Amino acid sequence: MSLVFAGVCSHAPGIVGRKDRADPVLRDGLYAAFERMRLAIEASRPDALVVIAAEHFANFFMNNMPALCVGMADHYEGPIEDEAWLGIKRTRVPGNAQLSRTLIENIMQDIDLAYAQEWKFDHGISVPLHFLTPRYELPVIPVNINCQGPPLIPLKRCYEFGRALRRACQAVPERIAVIGTGGISHWPATPDSGRINEDWDRAFLEKFIGNRRAELLAYQDEQIWREAGQGGFEIRTFIALAGAAEGHTGNLWYYAPIPIFAVGCTVAVMDLA
Amino acid sequence: MSLYAVQKLIYQLNREPQVREQLQQDMDGLLGQFELTEEECGAVREPDIGLLYVMGVNGQLLMHYAALRGFEWNAYIEAMREGERKYGPVRTGLYTSAGSRS
Repeated sequence: MSLVFAGVCSHAPGIVGRKDRADPVLRDGLYAAFERMRLAIEASRPDALVVIAAEHFANFFMNNMPALCVGMADHYEGPIEDEAWLGIKRTRVPGNAQLSRTLIENIMQDIDLAYAQEWKFDHGISVPLHFLTPRYELPVIPVNINCQGPPLIPLKRCYEFGRALRRACQAVPERIAVIGTGGISHWPATPDSGRINEDWDRAFLEKFIGNRRAELLAYQDEQIWREAGQGGFEIRTFIALAGAAEGHTGNLWYYAPIPIFAVGCTVAVMDLA
Repeated sequence: MSLYAVQKLIYQLNREPQVREQLQQDMDGLLGQFELTEEECGAVREPDIGLLYVMGVNGQLLMHYAALRGFEWNAYIEAMREGERKYGPVRTGLYTSAGSRS
């Protein structure tokens, strides 16, 4: 099996960009969890890191919006945002176009998806990489799930994408780490930025780390929007990761609502052993 | 389709340095390339972040446009609140205050 790591983490821009305004105890706890995840990824000796993300109009707009897209380039660039605003310097990130193509061709046996030979990372990928591959040496394969411009891909298709990704990873000799990155409940970029439904988050995370497929797929977008905010649509990234780790459960390494970061900050890892 | 055009303009501003340059050098010329209403042109030009929010501009686009036009984080949040007070609830879209979602 060549899927060597599977986990999820938050990516909110405030995690780095507004780090000085957070409760230092909570912030340092989150940063320690990111560091633990970095070490775990490193220990898994991956040849590439697949990042299942939910971008925010850095590359894709409603003129031509793919439900699912996988990067297929030898390098990418990010972050697209103002460096001072995000707190991360713009840099080139290595990719692996041939490995991307092999994975895409395999996934396409089961799932329709778009590919992109150009991709500018936004905070959805740049924040995780800032913590998890800070030297930008590990080739990255970006995946985007449209969580911004409805109609959105159904949750069950996200899970199926994850399963197809897993099968594709098993068919190549490379060792591949996969992370999903998104928010759980949050209302970013509204006057209610900082609002977090902790009960909702903890209930979702229990289902996620238990990889309880039926319960994960029972969520409805209208309910998510009312109870968990429009940011809650990003659970699609977690559900895709759960599909990639089907048959395995996980552990919650960190969860805390940090309002200035505008999200319940999360780090969780599936046990693939 | 007009809200779509406002959002497309902001998408391009957020993404393309050349479009940001044109905003500085020739704002009217830039705005003329998009099918915008007078209200939309005014909101982008001023900028009236609160009105753009109430119009239904996706928050992930608007957040960066506010930063581009010099709004510090708290000022940006307050501008959206002021928009609701001045213009009423958000007219369309996903990015609304939580209390309006009953």
